[in-house]
Amino acid sequence: MKLHIIIMTLLLTAPLKASADKDESIWNNQLKQHFFAGKSIEEGENIIRLDAPYRAEDPALVPIKVISQIPQTSSRYIKKILLLVDKNPYPFVGEFELTPESGKADLAMRIRVNTYSYVRAIAEMNDGKLYMTKTFVKASGGCSAPIGADLDAAMRRLGKMKFRVEDAPAPGEPTLAQLMISHPNITGMQMDQVTRFIRRSHFMDQLTVKFDGKTVLKAKTDIAISADPNFRFYFVPNHKGELVAEFTDTSCEKPTSRAVCESGSRYSKSYTVDP
Amino acid sequence: MKTAHFLTFPPALLSFFLILFAPLQLSALEALKVRQVADGIYVHFGVHELPDKHNHGAIANIGFIVGERCVAVIDTGGNPEEGERLKKAVEQTTDKPVCYVINTHVHPDHIYGNIAFKQPGVEFVGHANLERAMLSRGQYYIDKAAEQLDIHLSPKNIIPPDNVVKQYKLLNLGNRELVVTAHPTAHTDNDLTVLDKKTNTLWLSDLMFSGHLPVLDGSLKGWLQVIEKLEKKQFNHVIPGHGGLVSNWPQAIKPQKDYLTMLLNEIRAKIAKGVYLEDAVNQVGLTARSKWQLFDEFHRKNVTTAFAELEWED
Ligand SMILES: [Zn+2]
Repeated sequence: MKLHIIIMTLLLTAPLKASADKDESIWNNQLKQHFFAGKSIEEGENIIRLDAPYRAEDPALVPIKVISQIPQTSSRYIKKILLLVDKNPYPFVGEFELTPESGKADLAMRIRVNTYSYVRAIAEMNDGKLYMTKTFVKASGGCSAPIGADLDAAMRRLGKMKFRVEDAPAPGEPTLAQLMISHPNITGMQMDQVTRFIRRSHFMDQLTVKFDGKTVLKAKTDIAISADPNFRFYFVPNHKGELVAEFTDTSCEKPTSRAVCESGSRYSKSYTVDP
Repeated sequence: MKTAHFLTFPPALLSFFLILFAPLQLSALEALKVRQVADGIYVHFGVHELPDKHNHGAIANIGFIVGERCVAVIDTGGNPEEGERLKKAVEQTTDKPVCYVINTHVHPDHIYGNIAFKQPGVEFVGHANLERAMLSRGQYYIDKAAEQLDIHLSPKNIIPPDNVVKQYKLLNLGNRELVVTAHPTAHTDNDLTVLDKKTNTLWLSDLMFSGHLPVLDGSLKGWLQVIEKLEKKQFNHVIPGHGGLVSNWPQAIKPQKDYLTMLLNEIRAKIAKGVYLEDAVNQVGLTARSKWQLFDEFHRKNVTTAFAELEWED
């Protein structure tokens, strides 16, 4: 009978442990010091919001949106947005520089989320003030690791870009653009005890988008951006002009260190906008 | 006869005994239950469940084919213990040794039992892309195994193939030939099927799901092309990766083909209209919900994967 009681006790207590993983220790103990040592960060719901699925179907491809709550004016604007996934092996997703020419500091992209984790966005204003917002993502989907489904297809298209601009852009108004980039954005996180397929990380590291020669978005990105990077952002077309995207890639020896990297190629694409 | 005696116990007493002995029975591994579906072909049919901490990932159809000389194991199960139990099933069925372990693709529910069969004389057979997939996903799979399946794996559990199939290969089990075919990217980018010439049985594995919603982790267009090629052929039996034995090929593949075709058409229409991925996952294909088990668990992921593929069409 004692055994019976032990079994019952095990059954009853087991579920109690499982859940509490909404922890912020990585942010508090490492990331905050690393990126913002000595600075104070305010709660940022009035400046930016972050929209991501609470349960991510595919950890390789989690759509997230940064929604700005203020307009980009020349006197007050969001200068920089840093995106982090606390529990990714390399938490830095990207740093996005925006300008008054962006019109609106909204961004959308697809990222890799390795496990249940906070995703956070920290906005830096033109006056240097910092605001943070965060959202929790449960990345599940046991089958698919955070890589892409068809690596060969992605390799064949590497460097190809497509622009899509919302229909009938109104002159002088913030206009939504989508930029699709074909790149496998290889993480380099393969099993490393087998030497036959040592693959270095290979990812897009710099992206610049200009309209009519003026920067509307400048990004520094890393392996947490999904294969085939896909960005949405705003710009203000006040006359006919060229929207030009340019990106470079890099290849690093280790997935989680940027100490030894080799710069790769440069790709560009332009698209005529006629508001 | 023994069972008859056992049944004479009063039910209350019987359950007491069951509770008392349950842990002991678990530690001495039982052979996996297999069914002979055609002459010399044995299948353990899985369950339509998400891989989790209760089933420890043991959900897929796995089994073996017995020749006059030796045995080919086809997929090894969702955890090392299931592999051991499959090995016991082989030993209880035949005296012939295992000479091949064929992994139909990289997914955990098909390869985590591999280590049970690792010994001299056993050749691991896989698609030319299988090793790459194992290496690029392996570390992630190992990290997730404890948390998602409550099993403990190390890199030694991920065994890459030593016999690599680029197109076709014939394996002879002794008066019994298997045609192993490597397919272009479909369910995954490393799908392999096994045709037993003797009984004209096609072990299709996860290129076919029945009951369980098809799971896309490769190429939607590629998968439809593979189906179109295979549905022109005649097979006496087909063994899907998830679902029961098929004896009405090609009719049996129709629900899957319909689902995948619907994804193709609806997602293309959304992309043409400029609908974003995050909105498309909430709009596409919901009418298929009542037709499939595990729809809520996999459908949105399928839409995501297919969308990412189709948005690059010209
Ligand atoms: Zn599968």
